[in-house]
Amino acid sequence: MIRLESVGLHYAQGSTPGPDVLRDITFVVPEGGFRWLLGPSGAGKSSLLRLLHLAVRPTSGRLALLDVDITLASRRDLALLRRRVGMVFQDFRLLPQLSAFDNVALPLRLGGRAEAQLRADVAEMLRWVGLGKKFDASPAELSGGEQQRVAIARAVVARPHVLLADEPTGNLDDVQAERLMILLKEMNRLGTTVIVATHNEALVARHPGQSLRLEHGRMIEHG
Amino acid sequence: MASTRPPRRRGGDDLGLRPGLGERMLPLVVAAMSFIAALALAGSIGAASLAQRWQDGAAAVLTVQVPRPGAPSGDTAGTNRLDRTLALLRGTPGIASVRALSETELTDLLRPWLGSGAGKLSLPLPAVVEVHLSGAGPDLVALAPRLEAAAPGTAAEGHGIWVRRLSALARSLEVCAWMALALVAAIAAGIVAVATRAGLAVRRDAIEIVHGLGATDGYIATRFAARATSQAALGAAGGTLGALPVLLVLADLTAPFTPGAPALIGAASGATEPLLAWLLNLPAPLWAGLLALPMAGSLIGYVTTQITVRRWLRQLP
Repeated sequence: MIRLESVGLHYAQGSTPGPDVLRDITFVVPEGGFRWLLGPSGAGKSSLLRLLHLAVRPTSGRLALLDVDITLASRRDLALLRRRVGMVFQDFRLLPQLSAFDNVALPLRLGGRAEAQLRADVAEMLRWVGLGKKFDASPAELSGGEQQRVAIARAVVARPHVLLADEPTGNLDDVQAERLMILLKEMNRLGTTVIVATHNEALVARHPGQSLRLEHGRMIEHG
Repeated sequence: MASTRPPRRRGGDDLGLRPGLGERMLPLVVAAMSFIAALALAGSIGAASLAQRWQDGAAAVLTVQVPRPGAPSGDTAGTNRLDRTLALLRGTPGIASVRALSETELTDLLRPWLGSGAGKLSLPLPAVVEVHLSGAGPDLVALAPRLEAAAPGTAAEGHGIWVRRLSALARSLEVCAWMALALVAAIAAGIVAVATRAGLAVRRDAIEIVHGLGATDGYIATRFAARATSQAALGAAGGTLGALPVLLVLADLTAPFTPGAPALIGAASGATEPLLAWLLNLPAPLWAGLLALPMAGSLIGYVTTQITVRRWLRQLP
């Protein structure tokens, strides 16, 4: 369950608070829910995903994620909570010094999974995203689409309770985009709460679902 | 690079901790610090043992000079002034032993001033009596008039005030050496902190990614601290080893002032025994201290890095 109550966010500009990027956001996504996150560029979609990924804390209001009130949570609790939230970034955010395999294995290793156990999961996930021959490749050796698929594999390999995706199909061709949507829906069917931010209206049309729509940092539609 | 099998090795360097050029300097700087620390440690232990030796030795000795020792005593017929003085001293409480220096010893004492022929000069030399004290020693104020009565002109000279002054000097040197050690430790911690902060700044993106994937502060700090600890240990061990020859030469130079300590210079080179004896020139506390230096370097590296990284991570939620 994701619950936001009158959440506001601004980024500090030096010692002074900057303008609000999110204002008075209130919504609930039940456990196992699916939501499109829509809105024009600059509406606050990425900031909302950063909030839900616990990369920033709200500057006002209350945010509860997986029944943990993050305004009250300790740093350690937040770290453990992040392990239950998968995130696909628009700019992939892969570690350049690690191979594709090690990038995907990272969440499992951080979670303390034994090496022998994680190898099969990581290999299977990379094969599933079509990178079965690129285990050893570094991100610099991969195309944009391939890097995005590694990022997707890393986000889902630990079977997160919440999966957030920021323009996950931006660098994928139609076939790969459809495969990704099938994966996201399958994970959602198995109980993962999924929120996907996108500009791709055609994709939304092909996979209709409830949506959250932002404009100028405000929620203008949810449900 | 095509592969369909999972790679064998575990890719552990998620934070990209393989050092850059700047961080390769860390062991060298720590080595220099350890070199200075080893010298300071030797200075502190040397000054402490010197102070202790002075206090134990010289403070318990009194020198009595008897002019015209062979002349008859004024108050006891049939004895000369030296015998009378010796008898008086032996009967005084607080005195453990009394011994008049021989002619040869006296000549040796005077050689620096009068040359090797001091004994042949027809100078009216006084007798010198070495008095070893026991416990708190005799009451010198009361002893002086009794000596004067027994052999007029006799003077007793206690070494206490000089020993106290020299001991105070040695203790001050010891404190200075400890302060130098503390300063070296503080500078080492500062250097480790600066290097760590530079390393954190360079790896900010990687840290943010790993942090976002659920790494705890403890995980990230420990990864950095493990690297800094091994680098500091390596540097400290190198610096201590580098200081060892210097300390051994210093110990060899001070060997003539330390009864029983053998000197290598002049001994048959290549022989095992003199070398071992030479190594044993260094006092046991110094060996213990030198062995502890790499451990202290590691500890400073570990603790400083843990604190620096954890404080830096506070800027992330």
